[in-house]
Amino acid sequence: MSSTRTLVSPLTLARPRGKALYWAVFTGVVLLFTLAFLFPVYWMTTGAMKSPDEVTRTPPTLVPERWHLSGYTDAWDLMRLPTHLWNTVVQATGAWILQLVFCTAAAYALSKLRPAFGKVVLGGILATLMVPAQALVVPKYLTVADLPLIHTSLLNDPLGIWLPAVANAFNLYLLKRFFDQLPRDVLEAAEIDGAGRLRTLWSIVLPMSRPVLGVVSIFALVAVWQDFLWPLMVFSDTDEQPISVALVQLSQNIPLTVLIAAMVIASIPMVAMFLVFQRHIIAGISAGSTKG
Amino acid sequence: MKTASKPTAPPPTVVRPPQAPRPGSAGRPLRRRLADQSRAYAFLLGGLLCFALFSWYPAIRAVVIAFQKYTPGAEPEWVGTANFTRVFQDPEFAAAWRNTLTFTLLALLIGFAVPFVLALVLGELRHAKAFFRVVVYLPVMIPPVVSALLWKWFYDPGAGLANEALRFLHLPTSNWSNGADTALVSLVLVATWANLGGTVLIYLAALQSIPGELYEAAELDGANIWQRIRHVTIPQTRFVILMLMLLQIIATMQVFTEPFVITGGGPENATVTVLYLIYKYAFLYNDFGGACALSVMLLVLLSAFSAAYLRLTRSGEDV
Repeated sequence: MSSTRTLVSPLTLARPRGKALYWAVFTGVVLLFTLAFLFPVYWMTTGAMKSPDEVTRTPPTLVPERWHLSGYTDAWDLMRLPTHLWNTVVQATGAWILQLVFCTAAAYALSKLRPAFGKVVLGGILATLMVPAQALVVPKYLTVADLPLIHTSLLNDPLGIWLPAVANAFNLYLLKRFFDQLPRDVLEAAEIDGAGRLRTLWSIVLPMSRPVLGVVSIFALVAVWQDFLWPLMVFSDTDEQPISVALVQLSQNIPLTVLIAAMVIASIPMVAMFLVFQRHIIAGISAGSTKG
Repeated sequence: MKTASKPTAPPPTVVRPPQAPRPGSAGRPLRRRLADQSRAYAFLLGGLLCFALFSWYPAIRAVVIAFQKYTPGAEPEWVGTANFTRVFQDPEFAAAWRNTLTFTLLALLIGFAVPFVLALVLGELRHAKAFFRVVVYLPVMIPPVVSALLWKWFYDPGAGLANEALRFLHLPTSNWSNGADTALVSLVLVATWANLGGTVLIYLAALQSIPGELYEAAELDGANIWQRIRHVTIPQTRFVILMLMLLQIIATMQVFTEPFVITGGGPENATVTVLYLIYKYAFLYNDFGGACALSVMLLVLLSAFSAAYLRLTRSGEDV
């Protein structure tokens, strides 16, 4: 790659004054980012290790006088974090798998199998993009509480998260657009070799679609893990609540250090996933934008 | 990129396979076509069922229940526009809309300006690029509930960090989320902190797609840095800016977590939002008719913004 020209010309940056200014701005941004984005995280992680007395002291201490781990262990036991973390994992994983299975199958059908009324179906799916999901939570709740025809309730059941998660027009459209660009010859060659539709999807289409499947997977997992309003409505039963709902429900009557420790623990899985896949996630966001 | 020392530019995630699809072969016998169709619909079925149940049906139902007295388990009664008039007369109704619109406007002002300036500056920095991108996106990965609880603690009038910082700088302290006139702005700050990472990354990508020759040409014409921003950067990123603004309007008009967790809608209804009010009607007052009436109003307004967004994004491609 050749050198990219940006707003400030490389010539200006090469001059002594430009250089000095550049490093001043650079230092400023490093300080600002550290203060604005890293410091709150530091404050949270160390706040959980202060004694209950120290955490409410003014002026506050920058570093805990003594490092207590009891905040974390108390949070783990008192707030029953293992239960709630497990609930969240179950809800997120199920939603992810069902989305991969059903959205991929539907996107494949719409893209390659030319179903009758395919255009109408696709239009109906895309129309849901226009209707922001949150505005419809109440009728959606009523539907989940009493499914039409079979009159079953999915409340307090992970299915109440899993099945609505499948109706994700954004991910489905992402998959469909990717499948549209797969060369038809390859699929036809597989067909001539006697591979059925499912076989073609499984052993030809999916291996070629790894990048988009990765993006969809991350979107699906993050969405369920971060969601609050919908699980708040679905799970009135404390034993079934995911960590986000449990944190808010329990935040009223729990010591501050224990609550902060629980907040740290609740953040670890997604932050860890981000740090592991950061390059893909950041590239995915950037790519999504320029394609408009 | 000039500094190729670190692998900062990963391959784009969405790659285009080389060939475009060929128009399908027609003229198959009817039985074959029927078999093909049933197979196609077998693939579609699961997804279609979920969309029907959890997207299409609730959308229709919102409109229907908005005109009904609805109690779960009982036969619904048609009540005409009674739900709408009742909701209109609720003093919280005006407060909720006022707060939501103010919140959206403030979030737009702060949430547009801050990320754009940050992206502009980051675009010029030649070192530690990966560090900046990771750090700015970190808050997005923290669950929104945790961000809200974290800032609730910062805003605490006693041991909160926000007032400590003001005291440290010898500035007068503030009531933050506990004062009727500062609560909404305090929530906007939380939402901006938690979400700006994504916006910054998208702006950065857009800035990097501006051809360098444009800047060179502008410089040759004697344009200084402000003029280059004004006449090159902003026009070149106009599409992305507009798109993100619309997306942000749609997202912030549905704000719920921050007021629910941090202020509980208070003080004095200063932070009740429309979605919060919908939640209250359904789960506190058990008034599903009123909740659906409110949902329909929000829906109509948001759909207008969504339609604008979709038109914009689709004008960018040709399908």
